[in-house]
Amino acid sequence: MSFLSVKNLTLRLRDNRAPLLRDVSLEVSAGEVHGLVGESGAGKSMIGKAVLGILPRAVEIAGGEIWLDGVDLLTLPPAARRKRVGGLAALIPQDPLTALNPSRRIGPQITDRLVDILGWKRTEAEARALDLLGEVQINDPARVMRQYPHELSGGMRQRILIASAFAAEPKLIVADEPTTALDVTVQKQILRLIAGMQARHGTALLFVTHDLGVVSKVCQSLSVLYAGRILEQSTVRDFFAAPTHPYSAALLGATPKYTDPEGSLTPVPEAIIARLRAEIAAYDEAHHG
Amino acid sequence: MFWQKLIARIGTTAVTLIGVAVIVFVVIRVVPGNPVAMMLPPGATEADVARLTALYGLDKSIPAQFLIWVQGVLQGDFGTSITTRQPVLDLVLGRLPATLELSIMALVMAVIIGGIAALTGTRLRGTKAEGAIDVANGMALSVPDFLWGLALILLFGVLVPVFHISGRVTPSLDLPFTTGFYLFESLFRLRFDLWADIVSHMLMPALALAIPLAAIIGQLLKQSLKETMHLDYVTLSRTKGYGENHVITREALPNAILPTLTLVGVQFTFLIGGTVIVERLFSYEGLGNMAIDAVINRDLPLIQGIVILFAVIFTAVNLVVDLLYTVLNPRLRHG
Ligand SMILES: Nc1ncnc2c1ncn2[C@@H]1O[C@H](COP(=O)(O)OP(=O)(O)OP(=O)(O)O)[C@@H](O)[C@H]1O
Ligand SMILES: [Mg+2]
Repeated sequence: MSFLSVKNLTLRLRDNRAPLLRDVSLEVSAGEVHGLVGESGAGKSMIGKAVLGILPRAVEIAGGEIWLDGVDLLTLPPAARRKRVGGLAALIPQDPLTALNPSRRIGPQITDRLVDILGWKRTEAEARALDLLGEVQINDPARVMRQYPHELSGGMRQRILIASAFAAEPKLIVADEPTTALDVTVQKQILRLIAGMQARHGTALLFVTHDLGVVSKVCQSLSVLYAGRILEQSTVRDFFAAPTHPYSAALLGATPKYTDPEGSLTPVPEAIIARLRAEIAAYDEAHHG
Repeated sequence: MFWQKLIARIGTTAVTLIGVAVIVFVVIRVVPGNPVAMMLPPGATEADVARLTALYGLDKSIPAQFLIWVQGVLQGDFGTSITTRQPVLDLVLGRLPATLELSIMALVMAVIIGGIAALTGTRLRGTKAEGAIDVANGMALSVPDFLWGLALILLFGVLVPVFHISGRVTPSLDLPFTTGFYLFESLFRLRFDLWADIVSHMLMPALALAIPLAAIIGQLLKQSLKETMHLDYVTLSRTKGYGENHVITREALPNAILPTLTLVGVQFTFLIGGTVIVERLFSYEGLGNMAIDAVINRDLPLIQGIVILFAVIFTAVNLVVDLLYTVLNPRLRHG
């Protein structure tokens, strides 16, 4: 049984009921790295947010199941769900400059959840944080723990956020474009760091990215999203050998170099896009969208 | 860095105070009404008036009077009240504690009421309760403090007389106090009977002063909280297993509070200004009440003394707010 199993998840806007995710299903086994690719607005982040229970207020779950370690999260009352997700999963956010609380020191931002939610002793939590900061190659971790975010560079902060994500030894981490906000020179280091940490800790990873080059390096399997629909799901090896969906094939043809993250995933031929749009419209029609 | 700032600040404060002193000095001497004539009995002769006017130095030119006044101030002498013939400094410092206690009590009430409104409104955002809080805030904001005072007098002084609406303490009580800070000293002396009586006198005027400020705090803090709630670190905190209450109070509040703090500083000086009328309404024996009497009697030295003291309080409040802002905002602390 997969560690994370999303079944027929459908999300829509609360006010006009416009669908954001359409019948999305995916499986991530323990320790597996699964890539979520697709162009901007495809709904990649929404999948991660739904799993972690941080959907925007404007978005509601119209149907589906989210099984995490054998329990359907959507059947749990909110408090129980938060606690379960907090213990089993974590997020590596996209923008390290906004993801740390500017008025709190680094140390407590890593250790608080261990103490407050998981009931560790403060000293144990601090020792753990020091270990992890060392593991993400931060010099003088004890000093950094006492610093405020604004005293640290973007790369440092992303390392801290990675350490923090691993703090509770989660079984699943959602990494939502964890390198796009960083300097090109730091991107590779951070990517390698995440991959290394993932391998050492045996954590499953849901890796959201625009970049098929990154997928080929760190993921074992992937889902290709378009307009809230999953077009193709396969192992990375099969996908790069022979993508089954024409859209994927076009994507693969247009893949920018790993070193050029600004490069767009387009151009995908007009004909393919037109066909996809028609499919989506037909789907929405069938589900009285 | 910090000390430089402080010294620069004290410099500007001195200039402000001198400016205030000059303006007040001139204005109260230019408006018609001879204080000496007003204090003499109706039968007094021109000669009597002239003699007394000279006694208070009011026959000299305004610049000459100002110089004399400044010389006195530099030696700690703010002149003598024309109506009571007591030193202005004694009178003013005697009333200061009453007004400070009232203002601080009003501020605390405003922060508590406004803070609760903002936090509750944020917690219940998107529900009807949030709308109700917004409406209440708007109402509280659109009525000035002295009208709240009148309303409170009618409600809790006349209709349901549960609180005192006049004076600072029940006159028949024996007061063992050595300072003017009745509220604090009664607590300090463990005289809870007196404390209760004093609080019961202060509650209504303090509430009248507090309501508009509470509404301002409620609105602004809620606005900042709602904006902060969308930020990434708040969302990240949710993924750690924290619930709404923790997220609002521990993650969002410390950052959302800064703009409110600055505004409260400015608004607190308005609140202190509001004590003038509210103290009058509630016959509360503070500076404001004394200021109105001084103006009615054209007691020039006393008016000057009170205005200067108010100016000193205003600048002190602003200084404290600036310091607090620096303490609460780590980005400023590390320059
Ligand atoms: N807070 C929100 N309220 C309403 N709709 C939203 C909100 N955030 C995103 N959306 C919509 O949901 C859809 C999916 O967004 P999502 O953020 O999942 O895209 P994405 O695939 O992660 O794109 P990107 O690569 O740009 O991050 C988009 O159409 C977007 O407009
Ligand atoms: Mg996204």
